[in-house]
Amino acid sequence: MKLFAAGKKWNKYFVAGLIMTGLAVLLGVLGLFWTPYSTTAMSAAERFAAPSLRHWFGTDNFGRDIFSRVMQGMSTTILISAAVVLISGAAGVLLGALTGYFGGVLDEAVMRVTDAVNGFPSILLALVMISILGNGRQNLILSLGIVFVPSYVRIVRGEYLRLRDADYIKRARLMGVGRFRILFVHILPNILPVFGVSVMIGLNNAILAESGMSYLGIGVQAPDASLGNMLSDAQGYLQAAPWYALAPGLVIVWIVLGFSLFGEGIRRQME
Amino acid sequence: MKKKLCSLLLAALLTTAALGGCAGGTGESSGDNTSVESVTGESDAQPSETDPSEEDQESGPVYGGSAVVGIQQDIDSLDPHKATAAGTKEILFNIFEGLVKSDENGNLIGAVASDYTISEDGLVYTFTLRDNVKFHNGSVVTAEDVKYSLERASGLLDGTPLISTLSAITAVDILDEKTVQVTVGSANTELIYSFVAAIIPAGSGEEEGADPIGTGPFSFVSYKPQEGIVVKKNADYWQEGLPYLDEVNFKIVNSAETALMELQGGTIDIYPYLTDSQAQALKAGNTHQVISSPSNVVQALFLNNAVKPLDDVRVRQAILYAIDKDEINLFVGGGNGSLIGSAMLPTLADYYEDLNDVYGTGADVEKAKELLADAGYPDGFDLVIDIPSNYEFHMQTGEVIVEQLKAVGINATINAVEWNTWLTDIYNGRQYTATISGVTCDQTPGYMLNRFESTSAKNFINYTNAEYDEVYAQAQAALDLKEKAGYYKHLQELLVDDAATAFIQVPGNMTAISNRLAGYKFYPIYVQDMSTVYEVKQ
Repeated sequence: MKLFAAGKKWNKYFVAGLIMTGLAVLLGVLGLFWTPYSTTAMSAAERFAAPSLRHWFGTDNFGRDIFSRVMQGMSTTILISAAVVLISGAAGVLLGALTGYFGGVLDEAVMRVTDAVNGFPSILLALVMISILGNGRQNLILSLGIVFVPSYVRIVRGEYLRLRDADYIKRARLMGVGRFRILFVHILPNILPVFGVSVMIGLNNAILAESGMSYLGIGVQAPDASLGNMLSDAQGYLQAAPWYALAPGLVIVWIVLGFSLFGEGIRRQME
Repeated sequence: MKKKLCSLLLAALLTTAALGGCAGGTGESSGDNTSVESVTGESDAQPSETDPSEEDQESGPVYGGSAVVGIQQDIDSLDPHKATAAGTKEILFNIFEGLVKSDENGNLIGAVASDYTISEDGLVYTFTLRDNVKFHNGSVVTAEDVKYSLERASGLLDGTPLISTLSAITAVDILDEKTVQVTVGSANTELIYSFVAAIIPAGSGEEEGADPIGTGPFSFVSYKPQEGIVVKKNADYWQEGLPYLDEVNFKIVNSAETALMELQGGTIDIYPYLTDSQAQALKAGNTHQVISSPSNVVQALFLNNAVKPLDDVRVRQAILYAIDKDEINLFVGGGNGSLIGSAMLPTLADYYEDLNDVYGTGADVEKAKELLADAGYPDGFDLVIDIPSNYEFHMQTGEVIVEQLKAVGINATINAVEWNTWLTDIYNGRQYTATISGVTCDQTPGYMLNRFESTSAKNFINYTNAEYDEVYAQAQAALDLKEKAGYYKHLQELLVDDAATAFIQVPGNMTAISNRLAGYKFYPIYVQDMSTVYEVKQ
């Protein structure tokens, strides 16, 4: 079960994922504090400059450095996605644990609601919520967070269902251990491998959803950069400046691929 | 694993969506590539690379042939008195004519009427009908037809005016078979522009909606909802030698992306609403001329004069000094816009006063900071700029302005709002501090100035100035055009003195015309005149 048990070889998925994700997160975190150029300063002289040593990813229609904006976009996208996963993951664990362990009316009610939420395409549902809550970063996090709750509830509930009648849990119950101690101290650590993988998948989905929403003009507002709104801005200049669309697009692929490999690596490592 | 595959697939899709999803939105161009000639009036448009004008002079206009014009929206009514959408009127311009019509310089010329006189007091209009103007059904236009058309449009016929400005008409009298006299209730020198209202056969009324009959250079053939409208040459047209083309098809092209593909594929010949990036793409192909011309939209950063801190004139002046209009024009409009300092289209030359110099077209950061400090905001303030999100052009302008305001310490943020919300909350509700948008003007010079009168329902910037109201009233009452122009210029100056709003530019329109056609004329109003377009001999 141990991730880094002595003598265990690191599998290549894990290593590749770790490197790719690490690089992305590193650049993203760096982007919070420092970028090579200002992310908003415009320059008439340097519009549509092709990638060069001076501007690694070229410049956009306002003459802004795309590499700097991609860095800012990465930190925005990763931060929002992490917040979304935090909200939906926490709610998912809580609801999944309660419903899976206790069952009954609560279980029925929660599962029917999650069925209903799952019945809609997640982007559509998030769009509806944004239109009610209003535009903006916080509302984007909140609505995506809510939309992604059911996926965690189902996984966590399944694990609790499986484990609630395990021998060691029965024994704990007989010994008079409190319910919540059983829920979160005895069972929770044992579902972490499964939950960890679903968090990785969830991060991927959140990154894609955030990019998709920003691409549609919802969420992060210009002039702040996010990978999605950069893609949407770049669309008009495919012929004039193809590098403008390539940069954020490839970075999204990079991050998503990285998290996917990382998740797969964790799963294999724990087997 | 399946889920991971899915997410990877999604990532790939998102990228390809951006890469493959043809140029959309309002585009941009590289600065050095925008050497498109601005062409007004009659000309064989300046093409981008290969210049077929030489060829034109050898061959001259050719009669016959056809053209397909891409239009953006469906028709709201084929009845010329009932149509209200600008997108409909631009097409009906080819089918119908009024007593007078606009020419490409924005002046009125006689159409069904060959001449007109207006009485000294401005209350009586006397029109002399042109000889032998024929309707598309072959009958000659009579004074009866004119009387019927004007009475129908003005509401004298059944009490409901179909064209509101014409409701000023109190009587239409036939003096003789070639002369019609129109009496109005109150003098208004701009009323003459309303006599572009279509003349239709007497009694045709409701039939016009299904089978429109007018006197224009083209006659109606067919209309299919969501597809378009087809017109054919009116052989009896009163202007000698016009039109050239036998048939014109106005085809509805719903999205900007398909428009570019259809242009490149040759399924449409003329498209008047190109974005700058599309223009760049087209010019590379050498199959089309791309011409920019001034539009009739006034783009501005509208400032709510009733809301703190913009209620202080010094703050508004600071904003005007901070804004670099040259930069906006270059970044967002590809350099095709005409910069303006006040509320008048430069194309209305008699009334326009160039006030760009008052606050400068560039930025004066020092002056702006000084004014802000004077007003009690030495460290600037927070400003939310609401922008209708469907207008890429305004959104991008917003990005540039945010950056420019940052330089003087104003911390501006963009709030993208939906178009409908913009209309209800901002335009009608006036619940905003600053907003970037465009106002479409018609060719009456007072159209834009009217909205700054303090009691005007359209005064969404809450501008109040007693002197302005007074001068505006004087301008409305003035009968002499010179005098009127003087008042209008004074009004423009007042708006600038008060820094009522940050007028930016009249953006350029980009029109693509296939190389096989020539003779396209640009109008300062929103019309597509096909009568002068002809095929070039290959």
